[in-house]
Amino acid sequence: MKKRKRKGEAWTIVPLYLFTLLFVAGPIIYMVVLSFMTRAQTWGVVPEFTLKNYQDIGEPVYLKTFWESLKLGMLSTVLVTALGYPFGYFMAKLTAKWKKRTMMLLMIPFWTSSLIRLYGWIIIFRTGGVLDSLLSALHITEEPLKLLYTYPAVVVGMVYALLPFMIFSVYSSAEKLDFSLVEAARDLGASPMKAFLTVSLKLTLPGLLSGVVLTFVPSMGLFFIADILGGNKVVLVGNLIQEQLMKAHNWPFAAALSVALLVLTTVVIWLYRKLSGVKELEGLV
Amino acid sequence: MKNRTKLPNVYLGFLLALMYVPILLVIIYSFNESKISSVWSGFSLKWYGELFRDAAMFEALKNTVILGVLSCLCAGVIGTLGAFGMTRVRLRTKGVMEYLSTLPIMIPEIILGMVFLAFFSLIGLPFGMTTLVISHTAFCIPYVYMLVKARLVGMDPSLAEAALDLGASPRRVFFDITLPLISPAIASGMLLAFAMSADDVIISVFVTGVNTNTLPLKIYTQMKTGVTPKINALCTLMFAATILLCGAAALIGRTKKNKTEKGTEKP
Repeated sequence: MKKRKRKGEAWTIVPLYLFTLLFVAGPIIYMVVLSFMTRAQTWGVVPEFTLKNYQDIGEPVYLKTFWESLKLGMLSTVLVTALGYPFGYFMAKLTAKWKKRTMMLLMIPFWTSSLIRLYGWIIIFRTGGVLDSLLSALHITEEPLKLLYTYPAVVVGMVYALLPFMIFSVYSSAEKLDFSLVEAARDLGASPMKAFLTVSLKLTLPGLLSGVVLTFVPSMGLFFIADILGGNKVVLVGNLIQEQLMKAHNWPFAAALSVALLVLTTVVIWLYRKLSGVKELEGLV
Repeated sequence: MKNRTKLPNVYLGFLLALMYVPILLVIIYSFNESKISSVWSGFSLKWYGELFRDAAMFEALKNTVILGVLSCLCAGVIGTLGAFGMTRVRLRTKGVMEYLSTLPIMIPEIILGMVFLAFFSLIGLPFGMTTLVISHTAFCIPYVYMLVKARLVGMDPSLAEAALDLGASPRRVFFDITLPLISPAIASGMLLAFAMSADDVIISVFVTGVNTNTLPLKIYTQMKTGVTPKINALCTLMFAATILLCGAAALIGRTKKNKTEKGTEKP
């Protein structure tokens, strides 16, 4: 009876299996294959095995791009953590009514198109734009500032785009935290710092770590933020892949870059699972 | 709880306000008369007028809606059935498949874009709406799948078992018991999927055809070349649509919840 019940329901996984094999696993395998192929003289690829694409990544120019992306990703992640962790933590301490309101206020910008929000930063950063006019009106700066198309502008854009992910992750973890545990630690003589470190931080660590993953991983590929706020001054791995695909038409090299990025991402996610001991990313959906 | 200081609340308020500054600026400048958006030269609705006369913009809007609806419907069906099946079936490949099917939202989007571009040209699929729908479905499935699965795992299994014991067919159990209970998760998963699809630039850049433009793509290219305040007007309207959608989502959540509560109370 039980067996028959299972059989009758087994077909429901077929669409998922088919779609995933055909349109997720298949393309990724093809990308790996492509990364070992030779680029044709003019257009397309020749099915000849080569390791050249991977050797090319070792070239100083490209290594530097990887390093720059890593640095930007780490910087954004640190800033997002510094801003987002307290936010998520304090939010969990609010009353139920205010939790709901804050959540709603967070959801609206989160659901707003990322391009709209990016465009707002252009208005702010542009020479003669909002920030520039404000600063010179307050006599803090004398000359017009060049803020747009700089590294800090890209960092601000990244932090702004990725902050909600950190907040949601930390919040979902901190909400489950029993704050009486913190008070118990305080009553037993722990300093506020010690109580936070040994109780709160430890118990919200899964949320914090998943926030770090959710910030760091996308930050490597958000080429349009670097494109729009950084001009062509900031080149990320994402920009490099896009350039190799759309302009240089060197697909095997773009594939090798993607494989490298995929490996890097997998390592980060694997580390996260090892460190936190959880399988699912907290607060992802 | 001891509330010695208001500082945390000040911080929450400050950061929230900061998040709205860029959006508010876009809205304010959409009513600016001047073409140069750094100068305020008076209130005007002329950019809205220009926007409504732009046929290409409506074409892009149409494409965005079609793409969003199709891919969130596909993801809704595949993701819901998949999540349901995965909690029922015992297969050795389950872990791997689960990892693979949620991979599209774990890895940087650019990889997905590259992968689809290469794959679609390999199998010779012409770039356009079809390729867009397939690739958007791929990154929409995880949202539906994860939400529905979380709901299924948290569900009381005795409800379905009771119905089976009372002689209901598995199909009847699915439609009468399981589906009503998981429908809020399906709805919010699909809504999230739609929002992600309607906002996507990175993947769409790679898999779109020459003649298929979506709104995010159009805004992106205009932001790279020359921006006119028409974009502000467009963004403002999109923001209004977002708020309406958010409100609708909240309402759906509320009525759905009431319904399921009533449903379980039925004798």
